[in-house]
Amino acid sequence: MNWELIWQGFLETCMMTVIASSISYLLGLPLGVLLVITRKDGIKPAPTFNAILGAIINFLRSIPFILLIAMLIPVTRAVMGTAIGTPASVFPLVISATPYIARVVEQSFLEVDGGVIEAAKAMGSSTWQIIRKVLIPESVPSLVTGAAMAVTTILAYTAMVSAVGGGGIGAYAITKGYQRGKKYYDFMYAASAVLVIMVQVIAITGTRLTRRLDHRIR
Amino acid sequence: MPEKDLLIEVKNLRKVYPVPGGEVVALDGIDLSIERGQIYGIIGMSGAGKSTLIRCMNRLDTPTEGQILINGQNILAMNEKQLMATRRKVSMIFQQFNLLMQKTVARNVRYPLEIAGVDKKKANERVMELLRIVQLEDKANAYPIQLSGGQRQRVAIARALASNPEVLLCDEATSALDPMTTQSILALLQKINKELGITVVLITHEMAVIRQICSRVAILDGGKIAEEGTVDDVFVHTRSAAGRRLFGIVPTGDDEEAIPEVPALRIVFEEGKETQPIIAGLVKEAGVEVNILSADIKRINGKSYGQMLIETPKDDEARKRTIHYLESQGLTVKEVDPL
Repeated sequence: MNWELIWQGFLETCMMTVIASSISYLLGLPLGVLLVITRKDGIKPAPTFNAILGAIINFLRSIPFILLIAMLIPVTRAVMGTAIGTPASVFPLVISATPYIARVVEQSFLEVDGGVIEAAKAMGSSTWQIIRKVLIPESVPSLVTGAAMAVTTILAYTAMVSAVGGGGIGAYAITKGYQRGKKYYDFMYAASAVLVIMVQVIAITGTRLTRRLDHRIR
Repeated sequence: MPEKDLLIEVKNLRKVYPVPGGEVVALDGIDLSIERGQIYGIIGMSGAGKSTLIRCMNRLDTPTEGQILINGQNILAMNEKQLMATRRKVSMIFQQFNLLMQKTVARNVRYPLEIAGVDKKKANERVMELLRIVQLEDKANAYPIQLSGGQRQRVAIARALASNPEVLLCDEATSALDPMTTQSILALLQKINKELGITVVLITHEMAVIRQICSRVAILDGGKIAEEGTVDDVFVHTRSAAGRRLFGIVPTGDDEEAIPEVPALRIVFEEGKETQPIIAGLVKEAGVEVNILSADIKRINGKSYGQMLIETPKDDEARKRTIHYLESQGLTVKEVDPL
C-alpha cells in the first residue's frame, strides 16, 4: 500500500477544497444576497434582473460537473495558464460550486422572518444596513449548515478532476487504484475511506457549529 | 376654532390590491387627524383595513391614492433618504414583536442607534436607560428566545423608543399576549405617552384596549371610517352598526333574532354577569341538564354582554326551576317558540 501517495492526495484534496470553497463562497454569498433582495417581494425588487441571474445559475447547475470540466478547458487555460493539473482544476470547481452556493445562501436568507426585516425597514434602515445587520447575522446558523454542505459537495467533486490530470485523493483512488486493476483495489478502498472520513468530519463540525451559533436554542 | 397641533393627517387615503380578475379595496377614502400627545385607537374586525392603514403611516404599505402628512410633510412624496429619516421619528411595534433572534436584548435595543451612527459608548448608555424604562435591565444579555411574550414586547418598545420618536405606531401590539400581560403593556404605553410625550397610534380588534388607554377612537369597517370621536362619546352614543357589533350590543328586535328548532329559553346578559357560574348553578342548584343551542357573548373589561339560547327542559317542573333560578340571578329570560 502506497501510504505516501494517500498522504499526498489528502493534502492536495484539502488544498483544492479549501481554495475552491473559499473563492466560491466569496462569489456565491453576494450572488445569494442579490437573488434574495431582487425578488418581487424582496427589499430591492428587480424582477428582470432576478430572472436573468436565476436563469444563468440554473444553467450552470444543470451541466454535469464532468462535462463542465471538459467544456471549460479553453476558459481554464486562458484564466489559469494551463488546463491540466491540480491548481488548474480549482477553476472548474469554482464555476460549478458558485451557483450552488448562491442557491444555498438564498435559501438561508429566505428563512429569515419577514417581520424582522420589516421592523428593520420601519426603523429607517438602508438596504445595505438590512443586509449587513439583519439578513446575514440572523441567518448565520443556516449559512453555516449550507456552507458545510457546499464544502462536502466540493470535496466529492475533487475526485472528478482526475479527468484533467488533477491530483487529490479521489483522483488517485481512480487513476492509481481502480484503473490499474484488481491488485490495486485495496488502494482504491483505502483512499475512498479517507474521503469518507473527511466528509464525516466536515458534516459533524458543521452541525456542531450550527448548534453552538444558534441563539434560538437556549 | 382653536388651532390644533396635528401630528398625523390622513387625507382621502385609498389602497387597492390587485387580485386575479379584479381588485380588492382595502382602504376606501380615509380621513383622519391625530393630534400630538394623544393615544389614538383604531378598531375594526379583521379585514376592516386597520393593519393596512397603520402600515401606510410609515409607508411599509404604499397607498394607491391620498396623502399622509406627518408634521405637515407628505410622506408619500418623500424620496428614500427623507423617508428613512422620517421613519426614525415614527417608530413601530408589532404583534409578533419582530426581534432579532440572534442578538441579545441589549443589541436589539441598540440597533436603531447603530444604524443612526451613534457613538458606541453613548449608545450603550442609552440602551441601559431604555431598558430601565421598560424594566428589563437585568435581561440585557439574554436572548429573545429566553424571554416571555410580554418581555419580548417590552424589548420591542425599548427598541422603538431608542431613536426618540414623536409617535409610536402599535400594530396589534397586545393581540398575541394574555390578558395580564396585555394590561402591563398597556400601562407601559400609557406611561410612555404621559412621561415622554410620545403620541401613540394603535390598532386593535379588542374593545378593552381602546377603553383602557385611548383618548380618541376611529371605528374602521370595510375600508371606511364608520365613526370617530372621543372614546367616551363613541361608547355612550354608538351610532354605526360596526360600532354596535364591536361593542357587543346585540340587536333586540325579534326579527333579527335567530329562531331555534326546539322550544328554548333566551337568556340575556345585560349587566355583565359571569356566564360560567350561571351554567354551573343551573346544573347544581336547579338540578337541570343544560343544552346550550347558541351563544353570542362578548366580554368587555371582564364582563359578559350578549345572549344565550338554551333548550327548554321538557319536564314542566324542571322548566319552572330553570326560569326561577335564572330570574333569581337577575337575568332576563324569555321563552322562544320553535320554528
